[in-house]
Amino acid sequence: MSSLPPKGARFALGRPGGETDPHVRHFVSSLPPEGARFALGRPGGETMSYLPTGTVYGVLLNFRAEVEALALQMNQPPYKAPPKAPVLYVKTANTWSPHGSTITVPAQVDAVEVGATVAMVIGVDNDVEGFVLMNDLSIPHASFFRPPVKFKCVDGFLGIGAAMRDAQEVADPAQFRLEVRINGELKQSIDFSQTVRSAEQLLADVGEFMTLAHGEVLMLGCDAGRPLARPGDRIEISAPGFETLVNTLVKEQA
Amino acid sequence: MKHARILFENAVHDAVEDGGRLRLADGRQVEADAVSWLPPLKPVPRPRTILALGLNYADHAKELEFKAPEEPLVFVKGESTLTGHRQLTYRPSEVQFMHYECELVIVVGKTAKKVRRDDAYDFIGGYTVANDYAIRDYLENWYRPNLRVKNRDTCTPIGPWLVDAKDVADPMALALSTTVNGKLTQSGNTKDMIFDAPFLIEYFSAFMTLQPGDLILTGTPDGVVDCRPGDVIVTEIAQIGALVNTIAAA
Repeated sequence: MSSLPPKGARFALGRPGGETDPHVRHFVSSLPPEGARFALGRPGGETMSYLPTGTVYGVLLNFRAEVEALALQMNQPPYKAPPKAPVLYVKTANTWSPHGSTITVPAQVDAVEVGATVAMVIGVDNDVEGFVLMNDLSIPHASFFRPPVKFKCVDGFLGIGAAMRDAQEVADPAQFRLEVRINGELKQSIDFSQTVRSAEQLLADVGEFMTLAHGEVLMLGCDAGRPLARPGDRIEISAPGFETLVNTLVKEQA
Repeated sequence: MKHARILFENAVHDAVEDGGRLRLADGRQVEADAVSWLPPLKPVPRPRTILALGLNYADHAKELEFKAPEEPLVFVKGESTLTGHRQLTYRPSEVQFMHYECELVIVVGKTAKKVRRDDAYDFIGGYTVANDYAIRDYLENWYRPNLRVKNRDTCTPIGPWLVDAKDVADPMALALSTTVNGKLTQSGNTKDMIFDAPFLIEYFSAFMTLQPGDLILTGTPDGVVDCRPGDVIVTEIAQIGALVNTIAAA
């Protein structure tokens, strides 16, 4: 995003002994000890996996194909009209799963929906400090009338990329291309030029009614055609310039 | 004990209520109107989860001709919507209907995962009062109530006190009331909640682990009215506190 000033670099630390990717900056998590138990060792370095420091917001219907899939229902009850403002939800801190960790699927759930996306991390001056890959899992649900808390705020249901990529490395978020693989098989390709609101427009429209604070996170949306994954599956979300985000599903012990 | 968190002489202090005044951790006593009140919540290592209930009072649901819900209608707020006692809440100039909601807040006391109803009170650390403002002009039927209605800056005053759970003999029998410029506009009792505190702890902790400092705003009874710039709104719950807020033009 050309209008974004260079931010975030001061938070970036070199990766000890790192096989450095010049486009990805790693930094030591600023979480206090309680958070540290979620941090996993990483091959070849002692750096911790990134975890947000602020509230994480997701957005529904920010891909054109999502809107098209619901077009016939939008003017019918219970919705009665297409949404005007961005349709947001919160991924509460209990959902956060660092890169590499396993995610437990509740015993009564057969499959979960994989919402692959890129999220913006907000900087000190309400600008964008960086971008992180996210694996926004949901228990599949057909209605978007009521807030999706029991479908989206399940323990562990948000895989979070290992590192934040500096905003200054990103010319235009519309150029992001993601691939979702389950057990190595390509299941979805996502083109971020197909969003309803650009990253900049989304920030502006959300900012109209709430302030995103430093460290808070706003996802760019999850495209239609979200693949299903089951216990035992290994989910990989990859994009040029980002370290691949990997999470493996396990079944809850009854 | 009643706990507060305040800004005094350019520093944040924890304080407790002491004979109508505030006693700081260092022993100093200050008047309640000499400080700026913050949400009465200690910092937490990760963003706190703030759950809020809609339609959780039988009279409110009846008034709206809704069948009593079979499971809680719940939405989530971010921390940035919170503000303290005696602060301002902003009303956009173009809106027609902005109303308060007086709510008992459960403050989680210890990590709660798959807690049974019979054990639920062991996991509650205390209670406070929230005024969960809504601007109905912005209601849309997508993830309703949507965040544009419920997650606005300054639109969730909370406080003044966090009251230790052990000091509240029966949180399910507390009178609630709201006044606008001194006139009583809302009154109810927490005994009329459809889903009570133990139910909510069991329900949420079944799928999401609650951490100390997480909040559950338990919904409001019937009797909400439009609030205009300059109006002083006092949302009060017996034994917990009287939360004062003033509406300002945005």
